[in-house]
Amino acid sequence: MKSAEAVVAALFILIGALVMTDSVRLGFRWADDGPQAGYFPFYVGLLICTAGLVNFVQALLIPPAKNGAFVEVGQLKLVLAVLVPTAVYAALIAWIGIYVASTLFIAYFMRRLGGYAWWKTAAVSVGNSVVFFVVFEIWFKIPLPKGPVEAFLRIH
Amino acid sequence: MEEIQSLLHGFAVALSLKNVVLMFTGIVLGVIIGVLPGLGGANGVAILLPLTFSMAQTPGGATSAIILLSCIYWGALFGGAITSVLFNIPGEPWSVATTFDGYPLAQQGRAGEALTAAFTSSFVGALIAVIVITFLSPLVASFALEFGPPEFFAVYLLTFCAFIGMSKEPPFKTLAAMMAGFALAAVGTDPVTGALRLTFGSVYLLKGFDFLTAVIGLFGIGEILLSLEEGLSFRGGRAGLNPRVVWQTWKELRRYWATALRSAGLGCFMGVVPGGATPASFMAYGVARRMSPEGAKFGTGKLEGVVAPEVANNAAGTSALLPMITLGVPGSPTAAVLLGGLLIWGLQPGPLLFVEQKEFVWGLIASMYLGNIAGLIVVLTCVPLFAAILRIPFSVIAPIIMVICAIGAYTVANSIFDVWMMVVFGVLGYAFKKLQYPLAPMVLAIVLGDRAESAFRQAMLVSQGDLTVFFSNALVGTMTGLALALLAWPLVSLVFGRLRKR
Amino acid sequence: MKSAIRNAVAALLSAAALVPAAHAWEPAKTVEFIVPAGTGGGADQMARTIQAIVAKNNLMKQSLVVINKPGGAGAEGFLEVKGAKGDPHKIIITLSNLFTTPLATGVPFNWRDLTPVKMMALDQFVLWVNASTPYKTAKEFLAAAKAAGPGKFKMAGTGSKQEDQIITVAIEKQTGVKFTYIPFKGGGDVAVQLVGNHVDSTVNNPIEAVAHWRAGKLRPLCVFDSKRMPYKAKVTDTQSWADIPTCKEQGLDVEYLMLRGIFMPGGVSNDQVKYYLNVLRKVQESADWKDLMERGAFNTTSLEGKEYADWVAREEARHVQLMKSAGFIGSGQ
Repeated sequence: MKSAEAVVAALFILIGALVMTDSVRLGFRWADDGPQAGYFPFYVGLLICTAGLVNFVQALLIPPAKNGAFVEVGQLKLVLAVLVPTAVYAALIAWIGIYVASTLFIAYFMRRLGGYAWWKTAAVSVGNSVVFFVVFEIWFKIPLPKGPVEAFLRIH
Repeated sequence: MEEIQSLLHGFAVALSLKNVVLMFTGIVLGVIIGVLPGLGGANGVAILLPLTFSMAQTPGGATSAIILLSCIYWGALFGGAITSVLFNIPGEPWSVATTFDGYPLAQQGRAGEALTAAFTSSFVGALIAVIVITFLSPLVASFALEFGPPEFFAVYLLTFCAFIGMSKEPPFKTLAAMMAGFALAAVGTDPVTGALRLTFGSVYLLKGFDFLTAVIGLFGIGEILLSLEEGLSFRGGRAGLNPRVVWQTWKELRRYWATALRSAGLGCFMGVVPGGATPASFMAYGVARRMSPEGAKFGTGKLEGVVAPEVANNAAGTSALLPMITLGVPGSPTAAVLLGGLLIWGLQPGPLLFVEQKEFVWGLIASMYLGNIAGLIVVLTCVPLFAAILRIPFSVIAPIIMVICAIGAYTVANSIFDVWMMVVFGVLGYAFKKLQYPLAPMVLAIVLGDRAESAFRQAMLVSQGDLTVFFSNALVGTMTGLALALLAWPLVSLVFGRLRKR
Repeated sequence: MKSAIRNAVAALLSAAALVPAAHAWEPAKTVEFIVPAGTGGGADQMARTIQAIVAKNNLMKQSLVVINKPGGAGAEGFLEVKGAKGDPHKIIITLSNLFTTPLATGVPFNWRDLTPVKMMALDQFVLWVNASTPYKTAKEFLAAAKAAGPGKFKMAGTGSKQEDQIITVAIEKQTGVKFTYIPFKGGGDVAVQLVGNHVDSTVNNPIEAVAHWRAGKLRPLCVFDSKRMPYKAKVTDTQSWADIPTCKEQGLDVEYLMLRGIFMPGGVSNDQVKYYLNVLRKVQESADWKDLMERGAFNTTSLEGKEYADWVAREEARHVQLMKSAGFIGSGQ
């Protein structure tokens, strides 16, 4: 818990510092006709830093007795079992398009975490993408990211 | 009672078979659009706008076209609540406040009640707003003209002050989260000088952070990750399905009539000004929490906490059409697209529309009554169906939700970068929840930050840097004063409490 | 065999799978129509009207979809088209931010990165005041603004360092009057601020303010074009668009028109440009388009090819000069 608190607080300080630097570039003073572009962001950044600093100190002051784990190992495994595929999925969208990526993503979930039979997995994952394709591309005419498979099928 | 006569004529126009069919089509499309986060009402209406083009050129066709489009809007207003309640993912910006109590209710296995409360409240809010539009429109329209930059800033300040305070989380964490929200809101083009702020040369940051991307990640993905710690299932998934849930909830809802009326008043005010449906829902939630005897329990699953924001957002969303019709000022992004539609069809929104296009205006107003009734019927009959979604096994529904979230994040601005940001926000949301950083003030800061800042700086330009402009007339003075009083209230009550104890 | 399967699957999923005939170029898939501005604004309305006219009259075999990319004062949209070099399935509609955004923000793009297709029309700007004020002519108004002292008169406009503010600066340079310019988000908001007497004047487009003019709330003083608008049909009881004098007639020598033009990404072939040129010509011939032109009191000048490119180049030079003299050139990142 202690280290997680400290890391997040440090992250806030970093963000606050970034915000302040850019605000100084823009001008952070109160001109004749009111605040400049960086005026509010500057103080917002300052407050982020201040609050981050207080939180950082408080994190360091957590007594060892109260320093429970941020997350149990077993819990972390479950969280990562979802988070990692999700991150991979988000990355894949850029390469192979949202429809194919979604099919793979849902199939992975059902097969690995749900233990469904392959035909059920295939039916749901492919069916889902087909439904979304019809709704977005054909019905609403909103183009979503597409990849080589769609290009190959010429339904781009 | 000239209005009643015109309205009856309007009903005759709106009740033709063709228009009723369009009405239901619009509602169903709107609910779908409302459910899919990212694909907001504005998008949905914009997409169908070209379709209505040839429709509008037949006699009476403009009325049919606006009925179709406005019903999509009503549908989206209803539909936004569904995913908020079921999965903590707001389908539309204005349903964020609905998650605060709606989602805990669903976790307790009371999704059916929460949805019924949300839909019924939406209907009540819209109905009250339509009545206001019917009878008070000239008066209300002139009120909107009173609003210059200082008044707008005062409205945003008031929203903020009504919502914050009484946070259970550590104060410095609240402050950090809220300020981070303001910082996120500032990314992109500065509205007053046109300079680029906090983009650090990145092309992706040019457009800034959309509020919806942040919310989908923080609330939706964050919540899924959090619930994973307790195993691969949604809490409350075993919700009993009771077809009579609607009646039972209605009985309970009667107790909250005062909250509903107050929220409707706030909503109409915010819609007409126009301040927007999203601030309206936050303001109504904050006020209800202060006024309710059960205020301290808000956030743990109180029906009243669903009623207040839902009444307010629909009242605001509906009354936002009034400044659009009478002044040509859109009260919401969706209204902006509808306004474009009117212009494309050859109608001129403005003070004369009520005189020259009587049939169109009253047909539209009649369709507001009928469309909301149609909407209520559609969504209420589907309550058991929606609640049943929670029964789908986690390993099937969770990835589908993630896919919907990803599509939502993408469609907000057609950017894959936003999908990645959604995942990042998801991790942040998970960590914040665990470390007791509150998400609500952060979200409110993202929504209001930009608008409040530009209103403030516009006001400063008007007054040449003189701060007394915020007290320069009765209207703005009252709002600023009220906001400051609300802000000081926790301190004041603390001091009084201490004094009394002595 | 492989292609047989491919064709079968393709036919199943989409009717558009047929290979187009070889003689002239035609889009092979959905064409994206990019709007470097938000939904509901003037550029968005025009794009969606074009989309509707194309769909109604079946002018394209593939569909045309409108996509808004408003980020960074439109830079997001322009950068996307710049990055899509050689892609014939993207077109973009421009407003003045084609010139102003790169100058004001330093974001690296230029119209030369794009292929000019066709100028569709030019948007007019009119000087408006509240009808309850005593100013009947631009001369009277400017004299009053001058007498009031620098910064006392407030001019509202859409956006910052964009067309409305450039016109304001141009007026200031001409007359020595100094306005306080207040930027708002949309033209509708600007008009209502003037009706509500929160500001003293605006340079709204005709379509943004016409409803208030007809309702007797606003008064047009002059139009920033070299000649009067040609629309003679009565808009109010007594006046038509053609009755509004030009600013030059009023002794205010400022001209400004906003480009509503279509561009494609760079590196596309002549055949591909020709295809869109044809479609857009047909759009302009439709009755619906002519209606839109009259309703919005547009200047219907329409250029193609080299003339269009030359016009854009001249206009760019003028913007550089105007923005330089106003001190609007940004330092970049």
